[in-house]
Amino acid sequence: MQKKEPETGAFFPRDRTWQPIAYTPWYKTSILRSPQKALISLNNTLSEITGPVFGHSTIGEADNDLIHNFAKPGESAIGPRIIVHGRVIDERGHGVAGALVEFWQANAGGRYRHKNEGYLAALDPNFGGCGRSITDEQGYYSFRTVRPGPYPWPNGVNDWRPAHIHFSIFGHGFAQRLITQMYFEGDPLIWKCPIVRTISDENAVRSLIAPLDMENTIPMDAQAYHFDIVLRGRRSTLFENRLEGN
Amino acid sequence: MTTYPAIVKETPSQTAGPYVHIGLTPNHCGITGVYDADLGIEMVNDKTKGERINIQGRVLDGSGAPVADALVEIWQADSSGLYNSPAERRGEADPNFTGWGRCPTNGESGVYSFATIKPGRVPYVDGRLMAPHITFWIVARGINLGLQTRMYFGDEAEANAMDPVLEKVRQPDRIETLIAARKGNVFGFDIRLQGDRETVFFDI
Repeated sequence: MQKKEPETGAFFPRDRTWQPIAYTPWYKTSILRSPQKALISLNNTLSEITGPVFGHSTIGEADNDLIHNFAKPGESAIGPRIIVHGRVIDERGHGVAGALVEFWQANAGGRYRHKNEGYLAALDPNFGGCGRSITDEQGYYSFRTVRPGPYPWPNGVNDWRPAHIHFSIFGHGFAQRLITQMYFEGDPLIWKCPIVRTISDENAVRSLIAPLDMENTIPMDAQAYHFDIVLRGRRSTLFENRLEGN
Repeated sequence: MTTYPAIVKETPSQTAGPYVHIGLTPNHCGITGVYDADLGIEMVNDKTKGERINIQGRVLDGSGAPVADALVEIWQADSSGLYNSPAERRGEADPNFTGWGRCPTNGESGVYSFATIKPGRVPYVDGRLMAPHITFWIVARGINLGLQTRMYFGDEAEANAMDPVLEKVRQPDRIETLIAARKGNVFGFDIRLQGDRETVFFDI
């Protein structure tokens, strides 16, 4: 495969009407954790357009198998077996190769393996809840896991999170850094969730809902869900040697 | 000239939630045996060039309480001002320095720390040199979209006074929120999410 020149352009500005705003009082924790002063606009400099590289050797072979990566030998996590897969692309539609995609989630009963977790659902001794993958040349990633359960959380008196998987994505530039959550098609809790509703644009919410993907479902094994992730795209790179007027 | 129009929207962010440490630093929160080590914990080795420093601070909410479930990532140039990145076209950065660090805040005190080196100066888009700085990214429960800021060095007063990015901030008391005071080899940098001394955050 032909080696591509690395891209060095500045990233498109972030659309802050599409992204969630910081102060969303219906999600109570945001009240004291949201900056109130205006963000200072900053043209991307080298400090924002560059970023570290994570080689495929960074990660282990079983890292993208949450059914087994914490399980005792010969055992596996309990719950509906699923595959989650998709592409990391940029805003121009180009695949992002070599992106580090990390994910974490509750077990099939909706319980996290964490000392601060207060939900009475049972821990699964064979489920840790974390995994990672590095995208291939076209930007594809995939992993196996069990479908996480929905769970109650202390916000309103009776708030429940829809089933979700957390994603952290590291593209090529530090300005692309992104954390989000993937939801499952058909979950009635999605539109009731105060965290989902920190996003005001309905289409933006829809872009976080992964459809069932029967074509890639493996018979007698695992249902597939499809989730594409879009990172910020870059402007033309022709300004590279032009230090003035960019 | 080839330009590429934006054709799809960026994936919307959602909070990292209370358990971001499970996903990004599992060994730190007791999920061992899955990864050998948490990524971004070691930034330097014996061969890394440059002055060894420590950065330490707390993430604090609008009431001054520690944010004990946050995650902080930093990105910086090497001691010569070069980034260890394919998008760095000015030269080869120190191969013994990745420039990237990741640290969970302490579960009680909200303290984070990095053992790293002091970065060199990097040019701004117009060619002027920026003062030495480190780029920060902060996520936590209650933060809907990751916050981006920079740390500058308290012992670089002259360079800071000429820095084109600090120039944009204008108000001197706000600039102070970006400058870490030096004590020995430790630079103290608290990040205040809200309040009178709210840290300057950037739209980059």
